Amino acid sequence: MPESEQLLALYREMLIIRYTEEQLARSHQMGLIHGACHTYVGEEAIATGVCAHLRPDDAVFSTHRGHGHALAKGVSPHEVIAELFGRSTGCSEGRGGSMHLFKPEVGMMGTSGIVGPCILQATGAGYSFKLLKSDQIGVAFFGDGAVNNGAFHEGLNLASIWKLPTLFVCENNMYATEVPFAYSAGNPHVGNRGPAYGMESVTVDGNDVLAVCEAAGEAVQRARGGEGPTLIECRTYRTRAHAEGMRDAGYRTPEEVEAWKARDPITRYNGWLLENEEAGPETLAAIEAEVKEMVADAEEFARNSPWPEADTVSEHVFSQR
Amino acid sequence: MRELTFVEATLEALDSAMARDPSIFVVGEGIGERGGNFNTTVGLYDKYGPERLCDTPISERGFVGMCAGAAMTGTRPVVDFMFFDFILDAFGELVNQIAKMQYMSSGRLKMPILLRGAIGIGHSAATHHSGSYYPIFAHLPGFRVVVPSVPSDAKGLFATALQSDDPVLFLEHKSLLFNRGEVPEGEYTIPFGQARVAREGTDCTLVAIGSMVDKTLAACERLAEEGISCEVIDPRTIAPLDMETVLASVHKTGRLLIVDETFQPCGVGAEISAQVIDRGFDDLDAPIRRLNGAHVPTPYSPTLEEAIVPEAAEIEQSIRDLLAE
Repeated sequence: MPESEQLLALYREMLIIRYTEEQLARSHQMGLIHGACHTYVGEEAIATGVCAHLRPDDAVFSTHRGHGHALAKGVSPHEVIAELFGRSTGCSEGRGGSMHLFKPEVGMMGTSGIVGPCILQATGAGYSFKLLKSDQIGVAFFGDGAVNNGAFHEGLNLASIWKLPTLFVCENNMYATEVPFAYSAGNPHVGNRGPAYGMESVTVDGNDVLAVCEAAGEAVQRARGGEGPTLIECRTYRTRAHAEGMRDAGYRTPEEVEAWKARDPITRYNGWLLENEEAGPETLAAIEAEVKEMVADAEEFARNSPWPEADTVSEHVFSQR
Repeated sequence: MRELTFVEATLEALDSAMARDPSIFVVGEGIGERGGNFNTTVGLYDKYGPERLCDTPISERGFVGMCAGAAMTGTRPVVDFMFFDFILDAFGELVNQIAKMQYMSSGRLKMPILLRGAIGIGHSAATHHSGSYYPIFAHLPGFRVVVPSVPSDAKGLFATALQSDDPVLFLEHKSLLFNRGEVPEGEYTIPFGQARVAREGTDCTLVAIGSMVDKTLAACERLAEEGISCEVIDPRTIAPLDMETVLASVHKTGRLLIVDETFQPCGVGAEISAQVIDRGFDDLDAPIRRLNGAHVPTPYSPTLEEAIVPEAAEIEQSIRDLLAE
């Protein structure tokens, strides 16, 4: 069980993600976001629980629903919102947008518009760290949609044969865009696929931040100790549309969405903290107020940030040296 | 000067780079203890061990994507494809990830990955082991594309590739791999984007790529007996492409023929032609000509295979035709 301070840090991190996402959804409606915006609302416990164990020099590789991973890995809401606004102060300086969030300085090695490659790249980070004899680890976050992709099979096998320090975190939110995982997978369980690759694997409630935190802690320890990779399936649900502005109907029922909203990871954790007297309502309210203000400040920062200079458009195709 | 094969020349460059830089590692099928199907890593396993000479499963997309992640996190992978055709299983990783990574991250990530393989038509290798594909990669922003034609260039360009922070495709024609040529001792690099003038001349300019360089030189040798003076330019790298050397030569000769084994449509010759028309139109005394391999998948039977590759006699005829314009 984490210490009190850490318990509150988990709460705060989930709120940073939630409020930032809600701000991005509002900004999208206002036309301030120029491209796609896939929110992480409902899945905050996973990035938070996993990244709680990571150091800035561990490498995270993410997917199209990756704002939460970037924030939990230490990219500020300012840099995330500014990037989605297309400003030069964004974490990718305006070249990336939502699906290409990079901040290698804190180990955020990119969100991605293509499903699957993050699995291979996290495997590669594991290869680097093993070769360089460091105790850093690579982490891939991906959805259930990636599990039916060849990258999953090839990446997990390579990580297994070389015992690489890599975590494979599957956020199974039951739909690949709008195609149900139950329909698209011959084996609809992700957490029991590890043995097929000679790898430890586990399934946890992805809406329970402490459960994720515990499973990730064991996996991180295993990886840092040279005992190889772990596959963690986190069962979860996205409560907003696949992407902002998309029609969210025809593939799931309002009842299903409501049932999952009742299992909201932040509300649940708030209740747990109060019930277990880890924090009083005033403490939690103060955290909420502080994070709200931070996100409001981030939005203002992004809105007032300069655009990238058009004459820099050809820079960085190649390295500068 | 001593003579080495292509394979020996690049092995020398790889060995000295690996001795100096512990972050370099090689992946591929059979490149470990066995030393590679084309002997590209012979002897290195004993020196550098299994983590740096890493045999892989037949998992091209997997290990290319993996090497992208490795290149992003402080090491310098060398991917040895054996036959370059196998790279196509990893095309998405190359185009969407490796080529774009530096740009997407606004230059804060580097992509020091070297991808090598044997290209080209010959030995009845048939169509899954005969592709070259370099025009495809030269079309895309983010790649360096190297196609050497002599062992000394192969060594120097390979050494440059091993120091580059950009993704480099290093492509050697199978029919050249065991050709011998003079190769300087010691370490040296050859910059990308600098063509080599393989033969000086005044009547026409011939740009030849990879295995076509020797055949073009042989054709020029015969024509020289009749007093015809041809200039032969080997670009050495397709991306970046040294157009200055080509333009300067066309300015002198007024005539241009591009000889390339790869397909003509949307190919390297088309690009060179367009740039010469754009920047050197007034220098031209005749239409630009291209001579390419046939636009078909590579057939197996020797009689069919020979029919699709430009040979010296055909090159010679194309030069005569160009001079008659």
